[in-house]
Amino acid sequence: MGKAKAAGARRKALGARRDPVKACPNPFEVKVNRQKFQILGRKTRHDVGLPGVSRARAIRKRTQTLLKEYKERDKSNVFRDKRFGEYNSNISAEEKMMKRFALEQQRHHEKKSIYNLNEDEELTHYGQSLADIEKHNDIVDSDSDVEERGTLSAELTATHFGGGSRLLHTKNFQQEGEEGEQPKSRKELIEELIAKSKQEKRERQAQREDALELTEKLDQDWKEIQILLSHKTPKSEKRDKKEKPKPDAYDMMVRELGFEMKAQPSNRMKTEEELAHEEQERLRKLEAERLRRMLGKDEDENFKKPKHMSADDLNDGFVLDKDDRRLLSYKDGKMNVEEDVQEEQSQEASGDKSEEDESEGSTGEDPEESDGPEGHSDLASDVESEEENEKPEKEHQSPEKGLITRGQKAQNAASTELPYTFAAPESYEELRSLLSGRSMEEQLLVVERIQKCNHPSLAVGNKAKLEKLFGFLLEYVGDLAIDDPPDLRVIDKLVVQLYSLCQMFPESASDSVKFVLRDAMHEMEEMIETKGRAALPGLDVLIYLKIVGLLFPTSDFWHPVVTPALVCMSQLLTKCPVLSLQDVVKGLFVCCLFLEYVSLSQRFIPELVNYILGILYIATPNKQSQGYALVHPFRARGKNSELLLVSDREDMATWQRSSLSLRWASGPRTQTATEANHIRLSCVAVALSLLKRCVLMYSTLPSFHAITSPVRALLTEHLMDCSHPHELQELYQSVLTEMENQKQLYRPLTCEKSKPVPLKLFTPRLVKVLEFGRKQGSSKEEQERKKLIHKHKREFKGAVREIRKDNQFLARMQLSEIMERDAERKRKVRQLFNSLATQEGEWKALKRKKFKK
Amino acid sequence: MEREMGPESARQSLGRWLEAVLASRGQANAVFDILAVLQSEDQEEIQEAVRTCSRLFGALLERGELFVGPLPSEEMVMAGSRGAVRKYKVWMRHRYHSCCNRLGELLAHSSFQVKELALSTLLKFVQLEGTHPLEKPKWEGNYLFPRKLFKLVLGGLLSPEEDHSLLLSQFREYLEYDDIRYHTMQAAADALARVSDRHPEVSLTFWNNAFTLLSAVSLPRQERSLSNFYVPRSGPSDKWKVTHLREHRKAFQAMWLSLLKHKLPLSLYKKVLVIMHDSVLPHLAQPTLMIDFLSSAYDLGGAVSLLALNGLFILIHQHNLEYPDFYRKLYGLLDPSVFHVKYRARFFHLADLFLSSSHLPAYLVAAFAKRLARLALTAPPEALLMVLPFICNLLRRHPACRVLVHRPQGPELDADPFDPAEEDPAKSRALESCLWELQALQRHYHPEVSKAASVINQVLSVPEVSIAPLLELTTYELFEQDLKKKGPEPVPLEFIPAQGLLGRRDDLCAQHFTLS
Repeated sequence: MGKAKAAGARRKALGARRDPVKACPNPFEVKVNRQKFQILGRKTRHDVGLPGVSRARAIRKRTQTLLKEYKERDKSNVFRDKRFGEYNSNISAEEKMMKRFALEQQRHHEKKSIYNLNEDEELTHYGQSLADIEKHNDIVDSDSDVEERGTLSAELTATHFGGGSRLLHTKNFQQEGEEGEQPKSRKELIEELIAKSKQEKRERQAQREDALELTEKLDQDWKEIQILLSHKTPKSEKRDKKEKPKPDAYDMMVRELGFEMKAQPSNRMKTEEELAHEEQERLRKLEAERLRRMLGKDEDENFKKPKHMSADDLNDGFVLDKDDRRLLSYKDGKMNVEEDVQEEQSQEASGDKSEEDESEGSTGEDPEESDGPEGHSDLASDVESEEENEKPEKEHQSPEKGLITRGQKAQNAASTELPYTFAAPESYEELRSLLSGRSMEEQLLVVERIQKCNHPSLAVGNKAKLEKLFGFLLEYVGDLAIDDPPDLRVIDKLVVQLYSLCQMFPESASDSVKFVLRDAMHEMEEMIETKGRAALPGLDVLIYLKIVGLLFPTSDFWHPVVTPALVCMSQLLTKCPVLSLQDVVKGLFVCCLFLEYVSLSQRFIPELVNYILGILYIATPNKQSQGYALVHPFRARGKNSELLLVSDREDMATWQRSSLSLRWASGPRTQTATEANHIRLSCVAVALSLLKRCVLMYSTLPSFHAITSPVRALLTEHLMDCSHPHELQELYQSVLTEMENQKQLYRPLTCEKSKPVPLKLFTPRLVKVLEFGRKQGSSKEEQERKKLIHKHKREFKGAVREIRKDNQFLARMQLSEIMERDAERKRKVRQLFNSLATQEGEWKALKRKKFKK
Repeated sequence: MEREMGPESARQSLGRWLEAVLASRGQANAVFDILAVLQSEDQEEIQEAVRTCSRLFGALLERGELFVGPLPSEEMVMAGSRGAVRKYKVWMRHRYHSCCNRLGELLAHSSFQVKELALSTLLKFVQLEGTHPLEKPKWEGNYLFPRKLFKLVLGGLLSPEEDHSLLLSQFREYLEYDDIRYHTMQAAADALARVSDRHPEVSLTFWNNAFTLLSAVSLPRQERSLSNFYVPRSGPSDKWKVTHLREHRKAFQAMWLSLLKHKLPLSLYKKVLVIMHDSVLPHLAQPTLMIDFLSSAYDLGGAVSLLALNGLFILIHQHNLEYPDFYRKLYGLLDPSVFHVKYRARFFHLADLFLSSSHLPAYLVAAFAKRLARLALTAPPEALLMVLPFICNLLRRHPACRVLVHRPQGPELDADPFDPAEEDPAKSRALESCLWELQALQRHYHPEVSKAASVINQVLSVPEVSIAPLLELTTYELFEQDLKKKGPEPVPLEFIPAQGLLGRRDDLCAQHFTLS
């Protein structure tokens, strides 16, 4: 049916043009399906039909197929096609023919050659049977050239036909075949001609063979030369290559670039790994060396000093990167001034670092001598700015060390020296046992070596180990801070290690910092729940907060670690009452941290202003407050409301401004009254300078005066009757003038104009129709499925219709058969009756005749 | 008498004596031995003795072997020549009396077990005496309750020396019974009324005990016949006062008034105010009687005023209290400490209620909004997260106040026209001002606060933001929220390498602090 349909379609496609031409038959035979609506873009397929024609075609087809079957329904013999490979599509037509031919030959041979003795083989020459050659002795050589053949044939024809169609001997040419029965008088002449042509041919053949021989010989010669040339091939090839890009410099460039791109990353990766390996190798060697020296075998030692590189110190690109970003982070004109200084500092710092590294590298050779002084000089450079009284101590120490003689030293060193390889600690206790009892430098070395021995590129599990190490170190730092006195110098150095570890594993580091903060907050929350207030936590929490500020960027709008830390500090400033001088120092440290956190982002901290107000309040004699109100951690009157008040005139006179020490925050410490008073005054000074910074920072806030008015009220009051030292007075004055200088305009607030709500539009919504007659809006699979279902349905209907029509056709056929049979029978019966009637008539006539007679 | 006999032997001998006394009246003198053990030092022995007494007098009460009626003095009866049975009964009643007194003393014993046992024994006696009254009913169906004995119990509980909160929590179980509760209220009112007669200076412990007891009393909310009696009654009659909730309420009111009459310590004052709106005011017969108390508390200022607000609100709302200058006082309550006190959530919940009326004048609402904004400049983040939506809600409710955040053609000003020191909201000139404070808070360090403050940059959306979930927010919760929030991956890191704990030389910390 498909065929019919296709034909129909074809006809329709042509229909419009051809129908009138093609003598569309009877217009009554054409059926037109009228359309109710014209739809643009829809193809109409069944608008015109020829029912009579198509029915006739269907009937014809059925008579050819179905009827045949019907007629042969009772016949059991089948026609079988036994041609070789007729239905095998794998074999090509030529092969098929060949095989068939072979088979036929075989069959033939079997039958015919039973009695032949010798003639089963056919002799051939160049694949042609000799018999054939002999039969017709001129054969066009397949190898001969076309034009030659042309000439030859021309010659031949000339000779053949030259004689005016008299002679021919080959059967190949039918025209000549007719002349085959000419008299043979010129046979010799022709044979001569043939011989001549044969000779020519032979000559040509010989020539060709010569040429072949020559080429073969040439080939062989070439091969010999090639062997000789093969040594120099690369060069020649290179020359070729070089020659190639020359005309096209762009290509060369592209290729070069491509090679570069590929080469570099792999190269780099390798260096890092190698570095780690080298580092490990070096440490192992040093360890062996140390063991040997520990046993006392002193030998001449020439060490090459491997340049130390920190495990994560890749190259300068990192530093450069950093500086760039630094630049970006500064926008204010004010900050730009600082930036230069900081840049210089960072350079200084990197210089310091490398120095330090070198010193650490050289420890392998001679730890005490090289490590001691350099480490101290390093320290001293730090110390210089901060504290002067530490310096003499160090200076005392360094000459002492120089006194020890070298020989003794080596042995001593070997016995007291640290091992070079460390397993990463599995628990905090392990780390603590590793570190406790060692000097600061040693602790640092231990931590560094742990880090190096367990570099993640060395083994699989090292990453997890170092991640744990970060947590342990953090805990260790906390423990150091709680100790009395706190070992702040070690913490100071460990921070660098923490930083580098954090750079390696940001996720786990942030998790462990969060854990520590949560712990601290949880403790405080419990205290608040039970007692309603909490004491300020120990130094460890403050140190943690400080470390958070060092490890993570504090200027982010939201940061997974910094934001909780800010909330924690807010809690410290609002919930923890100030009960002692230590609390004041701690509180001021938190304030300082808070300010440092927001130093870049310049964010507003209400708690901070309150807290400074409170601190300044407790530095003044209690009075009826006017214009300011204290909030939670501070009370207007009570036990601690004059905590920072100094009344001793002598102490005031001897006071010198100095920075606060974090040690004061750690624990109770016996202080003389004078010392305590000095600390009090320093606290006030720090509070004032923090306040000044706040004032500068918040001067742009729209309600600056509302924010600072309580402090201003307090300060003016303060200033009137204050007997504080001159320096403090000056500070007060400067803060106050700063505050008053900030003039600001109050610009009324306005909301941003919101977009007007658009009116409802009534233009129709356009839905893109991709295909007509197809359901839209379903997925592709769904559509495919529907299509298949539809197709199946139609096919099924078509099949049913066909079967029905077949049955009708068959029934019709049967009926006509029966009718035919009946008609035949009737005819025969009538014939019989006829004959009988005539017989009867004859008989009666006879009888009548008889009677008449 | 053998003193050192040990608990085991004491139990045996106590058992013997008990049997002897119960068996024949001739052996009655063994009661003295039993009572002597009550005086013992050993707590085991005391417990044994208390149990024995409970059994003994319980049996005697049930048998009716105690004298019924007003008790004559012992000597008179002994000297008189009435019947021996009567003498015996009077004598035994006296022993019972001394036993009860001793048990009352034991309520102040150091051991809690003894206290508990004494309390339960006394209450058992109360029950038995209620069923077998020791006084003659004056008429048929007269309601009799051992008031004297019960007063003794309460006197022991409301001790001025010792904190009885544990014992009182035991006693609380008995307060389920209607009659016990009724008589407790009566007795407590009595005890409280008389307390300052004896000592002008009343100890804090007493007040605490009294408060614990009083707050334990809770009346049923619905009117129903009260028939859940501790002392089993055959047929409770409607004539009895104890069956009416109204009477209970009266007693309840009398009890509380007798407490509040006194000058209470501040902590107790606060405690009373905390439970006032919830468990006191609804049960009073005449809640208006509390007006004086509450308004004087409201005038006190500080946290007490905040607490009194709740009670006052109920009075204003449900009992038509006219309170002049209520909003002015409420305005006065707003000071910086309001964000730091414990009752912040309660206060703001009420403030939200008070300011929810849309009929308030615009100047008042504007003054509140401005004042709150001003105070927000000193508030911690968790309070800010609550108060910023609060202010925005005020502006939403009162469109006339929107000029505070949107004043398109306003002139530029040199100073804020708002006067923070003015006590009268009408004169504060808040409507001429703008909420610059919120603009400042947009620069707050906490991202959520900053977002909440930035709401005013746009036109305020119409639906109000519910502040109920924000009221109870604490710093710790805020901290936990921030910790749990998932951030960008990977965690951003500081790119300036750390050099030491205090950072670089000119960093703030390094300027002001040193490590040594």
